Amino acid sequence: MLHIKVLGSGCPNCKRLEAEVRAALDGGAVAYDLVKVTDYADIAAYGVMSTPALVIEEQVVSSGRIPKRDQIVAWVRQYEGNAL
Amino acid sequence: MASTVKRRDDHDRRDFNLVGLAALAWVLGFANLQTIADFLTYRLLGLSAESHLGQSVNFFLYDVPKILMLLAAMIFMITLLRTFITPEQTRRWLGGRREGVGNLLAALLGVVTPFCSCSAVPLFIGFVESGVPLGVTFSFLVTAPMVNEIALVMLFGMFGWKIAGLYMLSGLTIAIVSGVVIGRLGMEREVEDFVYQVNVNRRMQNPEERLSWHDRFSQALDSTRDIVGKVWPYVLVGIAVGAGIHGFVPDQFLAETLGRDTIWAVPAAVVLGVPLYSNAAGIIPVVSVLMDKGVALGTVLAFMMSVVALSLPEMIILRRVLKPRLIGLYIGIVALGIIATGYLFNLMHF
Repeated sequence: MLHIKVLGSGCPNCKRLEAEVRAALDGGAVAYDLVKVTDYADIAAYGVMSTPALVIEEQVVSSGRIPKRDQIVAWVRQYEGNAL
Repeated sequence: MASTVKRRDDHDRRDFNLVGLAALAWVLGFANLQTIADFLTYRLLGLSAESHLGQSVNFFLYDVPKILMLLAAMIFMITLLRTFITPEQTRRWLGGRREGVGNLLAALLGVVTPFCSCSAVPLFIGFVESGVPLGVTFSFLVTAPMVNEIALVMLFGMFGWKIAGLYMLSGLTIAIVSGVVIGRLGMEREVEDFVYQVNVNRRMQNPEERLSWHDRFSQALDSTRDIVGKVWPYVLVGIAVGAGIHGFVPDQFLAETLGRDTIWAVPAAVVLGVPLYSNAAGIIPVVSVLMDKGVALGTVLAFMMSVVALSLPEMIILRRVLKPRLIGLYIGIVALGIIATGYLFNLMHF
């Protein structure tokens, strides 16, 4: 199970990022769970300064933008090995 | 590995060619906007150049593409620049800076660093937590929403470079002065305690991605599409309303009541601007109509600054990290700065 987090206080872009992640991964071979982190202190603990940010297996992979779907898939492949 | 590098270079080269072609098409189109607008209005629609309607339609058909093309070009360039200047990079530049130089640098970086009010809190925490002084952080927080590429392009497109330049200078001055004052007052205790307790786990951060030009161009193109997609309706409606009112309300209609001799007009404009929340694209067309009708320049600029820099929603967001006293101080100092700017412009003659 791959652990994915979307960091953001609920702005429209955070919802778009969540939708992109689901669109990129749903129906694929990777099992994942997606948690939304909305508390500012928790977001700050990741060292993120602009939202929305994407965290895969506790690693910040992007912040302040909405990555493309193929990029999300590439990251997921990269971290798949770490997830058990 | 060699083949991926080569493919990356090929991508980059193709992108540079495409951007060059687009720039050429832009220049050709931009140089001929008036000719195109004249052709559409007077030939195709057959309107008379002497009629009110003809002039309004011509004005609309010239101004809308002009502003939109300026916006698209400027936003593309700024967002390309932004792939180099991330908030993390900004923080590195500002860390450990002293008062003065730090405030100036923060104000300047506020113009180009990507900022959205929904990111104001993480950004604030990130700055303070890494040791950027509070006053310097505030200089950044003031310019980021007030002086940005959209405001500058709209002002440039509708009022010319002089007013755009003056707006930028006064915005930077207000930001620097407010930051220095807040820094001097030692307000560190008026920041919510949790900000200082945030424990950043650096191991969770990825080393920054190395972006190719292809990545940068495609990010810039995405943001441009996104931003222009959001603001074009404001531009359209604003210019349409402006073009419409132009013909019906007599010029200088408001000169008596809201001209430069009305002392209370500037503070009133600032107070009126606080609850109104809009982006620069929405407010500038309104502001340009007000100016046509005789409202003094200083009053108009004060109104605009108040709408974009002192917004109620942003204050509510910032309340999460700032105690009420500091929020009050922040609003007070920035409001005073805007009022002073308003009077200054009303005293000068343009």
